[in-house]
Amino acid sequence: MNKLYPSTDEAVFDVSDGAVIMFGGFAEVGIPRAIIEALARKGVRDITTIANECGVGFRQGTSLALLVERGQVRRMVASYPVAASGQTVSPFERLYREGKIELELVPQGTLAERIRCAGAGIPAFYTPTGVGTIVGEGKEVREFDGRTCLLERALRADFAFLRAHKGDTLGNLVYRRSGRNFNPIMAMAARVTIAEVEEIVPAGELDPEAVVTPGIFVHRLVQVGVGRA
Amino acid sequence: MTEVKGLTRELIALRVVKELRDGFYVNLGIGLPTLVSNFIPPGMTVILQSENGMLGYGRIAEEREIDPDLINAGGQYVTLAPGACFFHSADSFAMIRGGHVDLTVLGGLQVSEKGDLANWMVPQRGVGSIGGAMDLVYGAKRVIIAMEHTAKGQPRIVRECTYPLTGRRVVNTIVTNLAVIEVTRQGLVLQEVAPSVTAEEVQAVTEPRLIISPDLREMEL
Repeated sequence: MNKLYPSTDEAVFDVSDGAVIMFGGFAEVGIPRAIIEALARKGVRDITTIANECGVGFRQGTSLALLVERGQVRRMVASYPVAASGQTVSPFERLYREGKIELELVPQGTLAERIRCAGAGIPAFYTPTGVGTIVGEGKEVREFDGRTCLLERALRADFAFLRAHKGDTLGNLVYRRSGRNFNPIMAMAARVTIAEVEEIVPAGELDPEAVVTPGIFVHRLVQVGVGRA
Repeated sequence: MTEVKGLTRELIALRVVKELRDGFYVNLGIGLPTLVSNFIPPGMTVILQSENGMLGYGRIAEEREIDPDLINAGGQYVTLAPGACFFHSADSFAMIRGGHVDLTVLGGLQVSEKGDLANWMVPQRGVGSIGGAMDLVYGAKRVIIAMEHTAKGQPRIVRECTYPLTGRRVVNTIVTNLAVIEVTRQGLVLQEVAPSVTAEEVQAVTEPRLIISPDLREMEL
C-alpha cells in the first residue's frame, strides 16, 4: 500500500471538470491551501464545492476565493458564504449577484450532519433546524414527539480535500487546535480523500489513542510543511 | 421624539452576564454577544462553546499570544482556558442540536412578539450567512438576543418579522440598550428598563404592545 504522493499536483491527477469536492476548513484554519493551489494550476472547471464558506480574503493566504476568482466553480454548498459585514465584497458575492455562480445555503449543523451521514451510510435524517425558514421550503416534513422536523439528505462528494497536522504512512491523521473542524467528517464522505499534511511520519509513530481520522478514510497524502501553502 | 440612547454595547453585554450561572456551557454569537466573554466574573466557571470545534476558549489573544491555528467561530484569535478541548464539526453540532448547551446569546435584526427571530440576512443585500444560528435557536436550552433596540430609528422588536427568519418562536429573552424583555405566551413582558429610561420611552420604539411587569425595575449592571 502506498498512499504517499510527492506533490499536490500529482495527488489531484484524476480530478476532472464537474467534480463535486469537499474542502475542510473553518474561517482561515484547517484549509487545504496547497491542494486548492494545485487545482487552480490544473484549471478544472464547473466544480461544485462543499465547504463551510465560499472563500474570503484572509490573513493567512489562499482560500476557495482563488478558485472562485478564476471562474472554476459553478456551484457552492455552504453555511457561511459571505462575511457578516457587507463592507467588502468577496469574489463569490460578486459572481453570485451577477448570477454566475449557484449557492445552496445550509445551516452549519445540518451541513455537518449531512456530511457525517454520508460517511456513515445513512441516506437521510430528520431535524428541527430550519423549520419555518427558507431552508425548509420544499422539504418533506414530519412530526416527532410534537416537534416539526425537516427531512435532510446525506451529502457526498467525488473528492474530499483535507488539511491535517500530522499523518502517518497509513493515512491516520491528527489535527491541531481549531484546524479539525469539518476535516474528519469530510474524510468519510468522499470517494477519494486526499490530505495535505504538515508532517508525515512512519506508521507506528502516532499514538493510536490520539488518532482522530483513522487511515481507512484517507486515500492519498502529501507532505506540505507548516505555515502558508 | 427625543433620541433615547440607553446602554453602550459593552453595558448590554454586562447586563447579559447577569444571566450566566456557574457551570453553564454557553455559545456566543458573532458581534455584540462576543463581548460577553470579557465580563465573566472571576470565580464563576462558564465554559464557552465554539461551533468550529472547541470547548473552553478564553479571552481574545493579544498580539504576542496569537496561534494561527486557534480561532473562535467569529474568526478571532483566542486563548485557551484550562481544560479546553477540540472536536470536529459534527460533534460540535451534536452538542448544540442535542440540547447540551445551556444558553446561547445571539445578535438580532428583528424579533417578533411571538419570539420569531430574523438575524442572518438583510434582504437588500440579497445573500447572507446562516452559520450555526438556525441550529442554536432550536437546540440551545435558552436563547437570549442581545441587540440595539432600534436600527436607524426603526423598531427591531416588531409584530411580524419582515426579514428572512432564523427560527419561529425560539427567543426567550431580549436584552437591548433600553430594556430587558421576556417573550411569554401572553406576549412581550417588559421586565427592566435601562437607567433613566422610562417604560413609555421603550414602548415608543417597540412595535407590539408591551405588557408591563408588576415587578418592573431599573437594570442592575
